Amino acid sequence: MAPPSSDLKLLGSWASSYTHRVQLALKLKGLAFEYAEEDLADKSPSLLLYNPVYEKVPVLLHRGRPVLESVIILHYLDETWPEVPLMPADPYDRALARFWCHFVDDKLGPAVGAVFASPSDGQAAAVEQVHENLRLVERELREGAFAGRRRFFGGDKIGVLDIVLGCGSYWLAVFEEVMEVKLVDPEAFPLFHSWLRDFEAQEEVKAIIPAIDRLLEYARGVRQMMLGLSTRQQ
Amino acid sequence: MAAAGGIEVKLIGAWPSPFVLRARIALNLKGVEYEFLQEKFEEKSELLLRSNPVYKKIPVLLHHGKPICESMIIVEYVDEAWPAAGRAILPADPYERALHRFWASYVDDKLNPSGAALSKAQTEEAKVEAAGQVIAGLKLLEEAFGRLSKGEGFFGGDDIGYVDIALGCFLGWLKVTEKTSGVKFIDEEKMPLLARWAERFCAHEAVKAVMPEPERLAEFARKRAASAKTPPAN
Repeated sequence: MAPPSSDLKLLGSWASSYTHRVQLALKLKGLAFEYAEEDLADKSPSLLLYNPVYEKVPVLLHRGRPVLESVIILHYLDETWPEVPLMPADPYDRALARFWCHFVDDKLGPAVGAVFASPSDGQAAAVEQVHENLRLVERELREGAFAGRRRFFGGDKIGVLDIVLGCGSYWLAVFEEVMEVKLVDPEAFPLFHSWLRDFEAQEEVKAIIPAIDRLLEYARGVRQMMLGLSTRQQ
Repeated sequence: MAAAGGIEVKLIGAWPSPFVLRARIALNLKGVEYEFLQEKFEEKSELLLRSNPVYKKIPVLLHHGKPICESMIIVEYVDEAWPAAGRAILPADPYERALHRFWASYVDDKLNPSGAALSKAQTEEAKVEAAGQVIAGLKLLEEAFGRLSKGEGFFGGDDIGYVDIALGCFLGWLKVTEKTSGVKFIDEEKMPLLARWAERFCAHEAVKAVMPEPERLAEFARKRAASAKTPPAN
């Protein structure tokens, strides 16, 4: 269990998958922390003070010093509290985990976001981008570096890539419903689908990820607002 | 430290690429012998496409035939795979590591894209705006230098480290852009720390043999622009 005072505070946002990544890592490591919800439409002085460059969540404060960027925070947690490791031990496996974390934030995440933001005539192209990226993940699971591995990218237990890919993948189901598109067909992406199911079944994950109803309501609200904006611009 | 049977480390790259330069500097810092596989500019090699199917980009490091992709991931891998060689590229302390990772990410997420926007800018107005963004970014790095260097000559302290590599690789191209745009980006009066650092970096043993001369880069850029204007022969 965590030492009596680990002096940890997390500035986050309840619907932010980047925040969830850090919350999940803290939970897996058994670290106690104070949580402060940020209203991103009305940013707190703390957020602006600790993250002047990006003004974004999550911000982890450890003994008052800020650590920024979710993946950097995950590395920091892993290096400061090495029990319950999130990163693999071998340098090559570490490079692979980093690469795929980068891919999630560089390619897959933005592609999923683009589906959500797409006007109806752009939707098919946006969906195809998501599928193209999921195919790369599926192939890696089937015949690449992760082929034949155990349940998770991290082995028997969740690791950093599971956290990064998993916290955010629940948006796929949400967007499927709100946008009325099929993003993850279990037949087209069987390995990804079963990995995600296993990830979401973990107790720690269930404790962190908001209820799907809340996420749906949130997504519908944002979508309405976006559509409202675009009609006003016409 | 070449294997008896042959070179166990290969780097797929191209001499003008700043990202490839990052990998070369890291390998040089560690004194690792490697075979440099120069890509042809018109056509990507079978080896590159096979080794980096996701991005199809250089650099790719091959260690015992296993590929590592993405320049800063390669740098971190080199640091971890040869821990006893040369000097550590990332600092030992987890908080310092987080700071270095943050600023290296800043270079790739913000500074480099502003540089790219500058080279694509068509109107005078757009160029001024884009140049302003680059300078604003460099000013933040000037401040960061003060914090990270702890009074020494590099972001990494008394020797080249992670952020030095991330930023320094662009110095050749920066000089080319300064000449063509007439804008001084690293002004000695406005950014004295970076100005002196830039000279130190370019003169470093691990850098000077592999960093291309600005004249050579400018010639390369001219040839590229000329061939882009000529329609390909059918």
